[in-house]
Parts: sequence; C-alpha cells; structure tokens
Amino acid sequence: MASARLAVDIGGTFTDLALEHGGTRTTAKVLTTPHAPEQGVMDGVRTILKTAGLQPADIAILIHGTTLATNAVIERKGAKTALITTEGFRDVLALGNESRYDQYDLNIVLPEPLVPRALRLPVPERLDNEGRVLLPLDEKAVRALVPLLKREGVESVAVGFLHAFVNAVHERRVREILAGELPGVPVSLSSEVSPEMREWERLSTTAANAYVQPLMARYLTRLEGELRALGLGAPIFLMLSGGGLTTIETACRFPIRLVESGPAGGAIFSAHVARQCGLANVLSFDMGGTTAKICLIDDYHPQTARTFEVARVGRFRKGSGLPLRIPVIEMVEIGAGGGSIAHVDSMGRIAVGPESAGADPGPACYGRGGAYPAVTDANLMLGRYDPARFAGGSMKLDAAAARTALAEHVGGKLGLAAEMAALGVIEMVDENMANAARVHAIESGKTYEGRTLIAFGGGGPVHAFRVAEKVGIDRVLVPSGAGVGSAIGFLRAPVGYEVVRSLYQRFSTFDVESVNALLTDMEREAAQVVAQGSFGAPTQQTRIAFMRYVGQGHEIPVPLPARRLTHEDVAAIRAAYDTEYSRFYDRPVPGSDVEIMSYAVVVATVPDGMADPPVAAGGSSATPVRMQKVRDTISGDVSDWAIYDRAGLSPGAKLAGPAVIAEDETSTLVGPGWSASVNGLGYLELVREAA
Amino acid sequence: MMTKESGALAGIQRQIMWNRLIAVVEEQAQTMIRTAFSTTVREAGDLSAGIFDLQGRMLAQAVTGTPGHVNSMMESVGHFLKKFPAETMQPGDHYITNDPWLGTGHLHDLTVVTPAFRNGRIVGLFANTAHVIDVGGLGMGPEGRSVFEEGIYIPIVKCFDRGVPNETFFDFIRWGSRLPVELEGDVYSLCACNDAGAKRLVQMMDEFAMDSLDPLAAFIFDSSLRATVAEIAKLKPGTYAAEISSDGYEEPVTLKAAMTILDDAIEVDFAGTSGLSQRGINVPAAYCRAYSCFGIKVVVAPEIPNNWASLAPFRMKIPEGCILNAPRPYPVSVRHVTGQLLPDLMMGCLHQVVPDRVTAEGSSCLWNPPLRGGSAVSGQARGNKAVLPDFEIVTFNSGGTGARPTLDGLDGTAFPSGVRTMPVEATENVAPVIFWKKELRPDSGGAGRTRGGFGQIMEIGTKGELEFAVNAIFDRVAHAPKGRDGGLDGGNGGVQLASGNKLRTKGFQVIPDGERLLLLLPGGGGMGDPAARDPAKVARDVRDGLVSVENARALYKVVVSADGVVDVAATAALGRDRNR
Repeated sequence: MASARLAVDIGGTFTDLALEHGGTRTTAKVLTTPHAPEQGVMDGVRTILKTAGLQPADIAILIHGTTLATNAVIERKGAKTALITTEGFRDVLALGNESRYDQYDLNIVLPEPLVPRALRLPVPERLDNEGRVLLPLDEKAVRALVPLLKREGVESVAVGFLHAFVNAVHERRVREILAGELPGVPVSLSSEVSPEMREWERLSTTAANAYVQPLMARYLTRLEGELRALGLGAPIFLMLSGGGLTTIETACRFPIRLVESGPAGGAIFSAHVARQCGLANVLSFDMGGTTAKICLIDDYHPQTARTFEVARVGRFRKGSGLPLRIPVIEMVEIGAGGGSIAHVDSMGRIAVGPESAGADPGPACYGRGGAYPAVTDANLMLGRYDPARFAGGSMKLDAAAARTALAEHVGGKLGLAAEMAALGVIEMVDENMANAARVHAIESGKTYEGRTLIAFGGGGPVHAFRVAEKVGIDRVLVPSGAGVGSAIGFLRAPVGYEVVRSLYQRFSTFDVESVNALLTDMEREAAQVVAQGSFGAPTQQTRIAFMRYVGQGHEIPVPLPARRLTHEDVAAIRAAYDTEYSRFYDRPVPGSDVEIMSYAVVVATVPDGMADPPVAAGGSSATPVRMQKVRDTISGDVSDWAIYDRAGLSPGAKLAGPAVIAEDETSTLVGPGWSASVNGLGYLELVREAA
Repeated sequence: MMTKESGALAGIQRQIMWNRLIAVVEEQAQTMIRTAFSTTVREAGDLSAGIFDLQGRMLAQAVTGTPGHVNSMMESVGHFLKKFPAETMQPGDHYITNDPWLGTGHLHDLTVVTPAFRNGRIVGLFANTAHVIDVGGLGMGPEGRSVFEEGIYIPIVKCFDRGVPNETFFDFIRWGSRLPVELEGDVYSLCACNDAGAKRLVQMMDEFAMDSLDPLAAFIFDSSLRATVAEIAKLKPGTYAAEISSDGYEEPVTLKAAMTILDDAIEVDFAGTSGLSQRGINVPAAYCRAYSCFGIKVVVAPEIPNNWASLAPFRMKIPEGCILNAPRPYPVSVRHVTGQLLPDLMMGCLHQVVPDRVTAEGSSCLWNPPLRGGSAVSGQARGNKAVLPDFEIVTFNSGGTGARPTLDGLDGTAFPSGVRTMPVEATENVAPVIFWKKELRPDSGGAGRTRGGFGQIMEIGTKGELEFAVNAIFDRVAHAPKGRDGGLDGGNGGVQLASGNKLRTKGFQVIPDGERLLLLLPGGGGMGDPAARDPAKVARDVRDGLVSVENARALYKVVVSADGVVDVAATAALGRDRNR
C-alpha cells in the first residue's frame, strides 16, 4: 500500500524535494530547469525515489509548489492578455493609487501594467455600490471586441467591472458571450478571482491571473502527464500562497493563488517546528542568498494577509510592485542575504543591500571574480564560519579576496581596517533586519515579547542570535533539515481553501440573515474545493469578520463562531471586536460604531495533532572540534570561540557560547551570553542568559 | 591599536543608532496610519512624524509622509517649547495645535507634541502632523475671507495632562466639527503614535546605554550638514532667477524666486512675488519654506535624511505682504494650491545649474474635489424635490508630472505632494456619488523628447442625478505646466459641467440636478525637442490612444497609423532629425 509523501518545491535556482516514508525523511536538491520546469521535477523525483529505495507507486501523495507564476510576472513572460472593463475606467491598472513609492527620487519607474492600454477594452455598463444596475451591459459592444481579440492573438481575457464583487451579473454575461465567440480562450472574472472592494487591487489580481493562466495550465498538464507516465498515480496537490493545498483543477483556474507558495512552505515549516516544540508564538526568520523573510506565527498559525505585491521594480520598496489581493501568508522580505553587497553612502554610513552579488559571481570570497564585499565576506572575515565546512566543504573560500573587497569598498572610505569594516557590515545588516521586523510587528499590532525565533535558510542560523537580541527575543531554535524547509513545510500543510467576500454593514444595523446567507454560500464554495483533495479526512472551518470603527482605515480580524449566527451573537461579536482592538492599540475609542467590511471562511483538513516532543536525555556536555578566533560584533574583541560539529552533537548535549556549530548547509552562532542545547528532536535551542 | 579599534567601534555604533532612530520614527508613522480615522491620513498618507531634541531640533523624520510638513512641523516644535518649556513637561502630557502659523499652514493639520521620559527625566520630544478631514468652518475650500471662517482654531494646549484627557478641549472639538467621531479619534491616534515612538526610544536608549540623545544628535547633525554642504559645493555659485504663474483666485498669481548658491548654503529670495489674496490660497511662511526646501533637496541632496542640520543650509527670504508669507488672520485653508508650485519654481532656478537633474513643470497642485451634498446644499426635501443624504468627502487626485531628463513624466501621479488616492469603489460606499469616468486624458502630456505625464478626465455625478456642490480648488487652467528645453507645455486643466458650461476654478458651486461635474486634470510639461523623441515611443502612445495621429505628425514629426505603425519613409520626409 502506497504510504510515502513527497513534496517538490521549485525555486529560482534549485528544485528541492522532501520525501517521508515510515518515519524517515529523505531530501534532495536538483537544479531548476527554467524552460521546462517539469524536467527538473522529474529528475528530482527519480533521484529521491532511488535514494529512498522506493517505486513511483509507493507515493501516496505529491505536494508541489512553484515560483513559475511569479517568474512569469517578473520576467513578463505570460500570455497576451486583454482586460474588458467598465467604460470610463480604462486606466485603473495604470493609475494605481496615483502615488510615488519614493518621495525623494525624481527618477522612479512605476511597474508597467500587465495589460497594455491598447488591450484594455472598455464597454458600457455600470453597477452602483449596492450592485444595482445603473447602466445595462452593452452586449453588442462586447461582441464587437471579438475581431480585435482574434486579430491581436489574445490568449487570455480578464474581465473586471466596478462593483462586480457585489453583483457578478455583467462579468458572467461577458464570459458567456466570449465562450461562444472565442472557444478555448480562458476568461478570468474579477468577481471570482478576487471578489473584494478596491478596483485597482481586484483588477490587478484578475489581470495577473489571466496573464499566468495559460502557462500554468500547460505546465501543470505536462507535469501531471509525465508523473503518470512514470507510474506515479498518487493525487497531486498544489501549495497555495495562503498556506493551504489545492487540486490541479483549481490551480488551473486560479493560478495567481500559487505565487508565493515557496515562502509559504517555509512559514508552515516554522509553524510545524513551533507546534512540535510547544511554542505558540514565534518569529520565523529565513535568510538566504539575496533576501531575508520574516513571518510572525501566533498560536501555531502563520499570520495571514489578503494583499501582496509581486514583481517590485523599486528594489523591495513597498508600493513598487503589482498589487495582488489574494490570501497569503504575511511576510516581510528584506533585501538582506549572504550575497547582499556593502558600500558607504554619502554621509559616510555603511549601507548593505539590496543589491546582491547573487550566485554568480557571488561574494568576493567565492573567488569567482566578485569584487564587491558581501555579507558572506564579512562573516568570513570575522571568523564566523568554519571555512572547511562551507557548503559542505565543496567550496574553498578565498579569505584574501574578502579582505581586499572589504578594505577597498568599506574600510578605506571610513579609515577602518578590514576587520572593523566587516564588523560594521554585519552589525548594519543585522540592524536592518531587526528594524524591518520591528516595523512589521507594529504594522501587525504585535510584539516580540515572549517569542522564540526560528531560524533557517543558509544565513538564518548565522545571524539569528544577534537579530534576536536586537528585537528583544531571548530564545532561538534552529531545526534540522533547514536547507529544504519549504518542501518539508509542504508536507505539513492542510488541504484547505479560503474564500473572502465583501459585504459592507454597520454594526448598529447588522443583518444576521444576509450574513448567514453569505457565509453559508462561502462555506459551500470552500468545502467543494477541499472535498476534491481531503479524501474524507475531517475538516474544520474558521470564519472571520474584518471589522473596524466606522471611518477607520484598517480592519482587524475578529473570529466568528462557525455556525448560523443568531441575534444573541451580535453583542458577543461587538465585545470581541473591542477586546481585539484594545489588544492592538491599548485603548478603545469611545462612542464609535463599528463597520464590517468583509468575511473570510477557511475550510481545511485538521492538522496533525501536537505530539509531545521526545525528551532529551540529561545534560551531556559537548566537545568542541577545535577553537577559532572570532571577532565579536558587540564588543569588537577577538577571542577563541569553540567550533562544534552539529552532526556530532546528540540530543541532550549542552554548550555555552561563544561558539559556532557547523553543518553542511549553515552555521549556528551561539553568541557571548547565550547557551545552546540539542533537544529531543535534534533541534538546536539557544537561550540568552540574563543579560 | 586597541584605542583605535574602540574608536572605530563607537563610530559604527553611532551609525547603528542613527539607523535605529529612523526606524523608531517609522514605527511612529505606521502606528498613526493604522489607528487614524480620517481617510486623509489612513488612505492618503497626509501625515508626518519625527523625533526632536530638547532644543526642538529634529533628529529624524519618518520616510512615510508628505513633504508639505517637512520642516513646517520642525519649526512647530520650537513654538510648543516656547509656550511649554521642556522642564515643565510631565510624563503622559500631550500638546496640540492647528494654528496655521505655529503648525503646518492650515487649520486642517493637527500637530501633536509629546515628551519622552526615561528614568523620570525628559530625554526628547516626538511630534507628528496629520491632515484631518473636517474642522468645522466653511469646510475645505478657498472661500474664507479670514482664518476665523475656516474652522475651529486650536491654540497650543494640552490635550492630555499626565495621561488624563482634557475633556474641555475634547468638548470644543467634538462640537466644532461636522465629523466629531473622526476628529476625536484622530487626536487619540496622534497621541498613540507619539507614545509608540517614545516607548521605543526608551528601549533603544536602554539597549545602547545612552544617558542623553545629545552625543547622537551631534553626530547626526555633523554628518548630515557635511554631506549636504558637500552636495551644495558641487553646484556652480551664482544667482539664478525664475518665476511661475498660476490662476489665483481673484487674479493670476506670480511667484518669483532668486536663488543664490553659496559655498555652503542656498538662499532663496522671493522678492517680486504677488501680494496677498482675499481668499484661502495664501501661504504661511513655514509652508513656503517646506515646499521650497523640498524642491531644492529633491534635486540637490535627495539621499540625505531630513533633519535639522540637513535642512539648515536652505534659507528662504520671504518678503512681508507677499502671498508666500501670509500673516494672521489671512485665510490659508487651501495654501497647497499655491505652495505646491514651489518645487517647480525651485527647479526653474536649478535648471540653470543642473539641467539634467530637474524635471519640467507638472500639474503639481493636487486636484482634490471637495464634494458636499444634502441639506447644506439643497435644503430640506419638499414636494417632489428629492435631496441627497448629507455627505462631505474629498478624494485626492492628480494630473501628470513633468517630463524628466531621461524618462517621461508620470501619468496621474501626485508630485510634489506625497499622498495616495482612494479607490472609487470605496468613495462610492461612503457617499452617494457616482464616478462615471476616471481615466487618462489623451493628448494632455506635453510633447518633448521626453513627454510630460498624462492628466486625467474625471466625470462625477450622484445617485439619482441629484444636485450637489463642489468647493473648487483647482489651478493650472489658465496657466499650463511649462515644458523645458524645447519641450511643449502640458495640457491646461478644465473645470466644467458635463454639458459644457464652464465653472470657476475656485470656490463653492452647485452642480444642478441632472448635471455632472467634469474635471480635466492637467498634463505635465515636456522636455527637449519633440522631434527628437524615439518614434517607437510616439507610435506606442498613438496605439494606446493617448496621442492622436495628428499630434504625432504635427508635434513629433512622426507619421504613424492609428494602430501604431510608423510610416518610415513619410516620417523621414518630415526631416525630424534636423534638430537632434
């Protein structure tokens, strides 16, 4: 009987795989094949099956995530797409919110809309905010577009009308008309892709969905065909950016919901680690080669959001990308990774990133011709790696090149020796990440008090303790398998689907019946999607109302009971809102009515129960492999730090900082004043002693 | 060796602390955006936030926010300290004003100052400014003939005294505004945002074991001043004059500037500028300094963070009695419609120094239509005459920005203001209005080697086509944004009924039953000879329906079909390359 679970995560450089079978885990990394990503997947599947000694038929489920949709948007390689929209609103995609994302740069460039103006096609129709028809759809005008669509070779059509999220009648009629006239051309409706208020975000999301749809549908069909040909008959699920799983069929209709599946897998990985260790509230910190990603996890659930920006043109600047309004795991991405390049700005300040040396030429110490100092060079200069273990010992690091780059581009300009320049670079990049984390907490109405930081990715464990210190966190966890964290996260994701709809109501005139009708409808929609992949597994439902004081700008999510609401519930919901608001902002505002903007319903299979982590045998002390000179970034002093081999530490082992725990994919730094132990799961647990 | 290293370490730590301080004020601003009630703050981002030392010198300002408050808020803190010296301040105190002359230029901007305490000692001040949606009076618009008509006037007072709300103050503002809940909520939000900053500052001082902000302030000021002066020193010394004209209220307004570049400072003299208006388009001096300073800084030293020292080398001489130095009690409610031309004026001067770093003139003044309906416009419903429910809204809209040396101007984008607009769907949910059109306006971008950004067309009616009113504050109708270096002017603005009758560009006017308001937002000016523009770009604009076939030929000397195919031979025959 097939019982193995396989996850495949296609990233920009590598395709990661994780396979779990009979309590053991096998992982693999193969190169991504951008032109035909299914080839890389098939290579990886064959490789990992061989390593695990299994046959394709042993696979019970395959879970897949890919950056393909994201890359198509970034590289503008999607389908030729047209947008049919309300007459008078042809330029919603171009006008955005009429603002500049940088106040002081006269030469900013805004992202080009995915649909050029010549293919943004207005037709007469208009609904009001309550969905009443002010102007009926001009069906002749719709039909009149057909010759143009054919002549231009349009491969995908988006339809987005004002207020269509309240009443989809005109959008649906357009689809009916086009189905007859342009068979085979997919049509994305804003009322289905992103049925929420705010025309720019909704139309942008719908256009992006249409833009990636043909490509994704073709890819997924090819992939499925190849897997079946290999003899893998298991159901295939796709990872969603919101953290759930869905079927190939749904993914083909709403491929835009797949955009951030890789990072979402990372966050779920963190949430799973948190659950294993009984840590309800954590900060997930994933630092790779070009960026660091930060995600808040509360009650074992990654924070979610409904907006996201893809393809930022302004170097990670907020506001410089295309907005997508879809369920996503909320993350902050900072241009800070091992390859981030350091320089000195006009005020004599060290600045790090967001420019990255990438993998090629890479940091100066890679010896591939990189002349600029990167974060990795600074870490090496300070003695924070075991050079013999870097990338599993497969890469010899050129310390002299790192020194030269740091001296020339940072030290020389500030009158600092290369070592002190390196110290400055590390402190600055840690500070940048900590600042971004702090602002993110404010934006989310959260704090870091009592949280544990879970670090993974190549750079996460290196920088974790100092970032933790800077945001006021006293405990760091470094799980094992961190190199393929996203793929492992896929294996932990529930089969789930989130439906969000807008229904504006003031609380003082709350209409229980219309809300019940809406929520029931949403539940039905979500349950239908989940039923295709849950195979009768028990599901649970979460309902949320997004509420705010009348006139206020940001809604806060308030949980609702997952059943029919009655008039008796109304007071309790209002009380729940006041409690939530006070938790965010200290004091409620006296005398204000509350308005409800929208609702979310999530139906998902119940996640694995929380098992008690195995208890590690008592405190054996660990033996260092050797000592190494490391410069501390706080005191500036050089001292002997103990170097440990992570593989040589068994559960229960304890050690005191300062130390470096080396493994093939990364190094965990245990700073001065920190101690580390190995828990029953083999995870490293760093604790800051009373400062 | 050791001492050299510890010196180096201290230097690096100061840099870290400076970065941290900028993060602290960013947190302050984000708290305001999350908790504010007025759409002007939370949706549009019309706000600013900063931290000050006990002498009222700004150390850091949040990047989030709008330039109009840049150094007007900074000056404001000095006024608070004059009335309430730092040594008299207590933990939990919050001070507030909307005085246009002690704050940021009109009654709609509230400024709140809050002391930060550590170990019982005052260590710094947080200030913020936000544009609230209603402060009573005539409402947002130019019609007031003195500041007394423009709304409630809040002198510098305590709104919270040691944590206790000043209920007398809150009673006054509640009863003085059309939107009491929003106004009161916003005051709470401004105080919460300063509290958030203060809390984080104390944590930072603990972490870095700082007894006082003074050494860090000295380091920030020294580095910033040195960097700013170094940028100024790269410019050719001399005096450069420019002027700009706008529609004004009663008569056109001309702003004149003579900019003198010295070795270590830039001085601007506004002598020759038009006199005061009887209506609210006058500019208090602090607001003139804010936008002038922004206009210079964005060209000369855009990367240096705003603080007391980085702004100090930019000095303004504003003659008394001119429209840029309005004294109390002149009306100033819509000072932005004049003041937002100042960056264009500054760039007119700087164009003579660094022509490749300035832009052509843009639409510049926001084209916000303040709309009102219901009983205040139409009286009570009677007989068959239906009346809209009462509403008062403003949306933030913009024309095109000026062409840039290597890039086209931005279409329908705010500059110099830093605000964002709100979605039409959201606006239609809070007021009974219908936007029938809001899209780019063809042929409005000034032709040039690089083209000005396109303006917009907006057509606004109401549910049931019932009458409503606009309190017009529009400009650049008689005076189009100018091109530079041979680039043509952007398209003039237009204010009219949809049926064709022209409306005044400023002032309260009723749009009758069955009519709609039609706004033609100006386009930005072009830069360089239009005949030197890449024909492929002209062709794309034609294909997009944004430049007519006729204008492509007449202005750009490109012969192109409506679907964007260039007739290469016919284009060559026009001899367009002669001017390259």
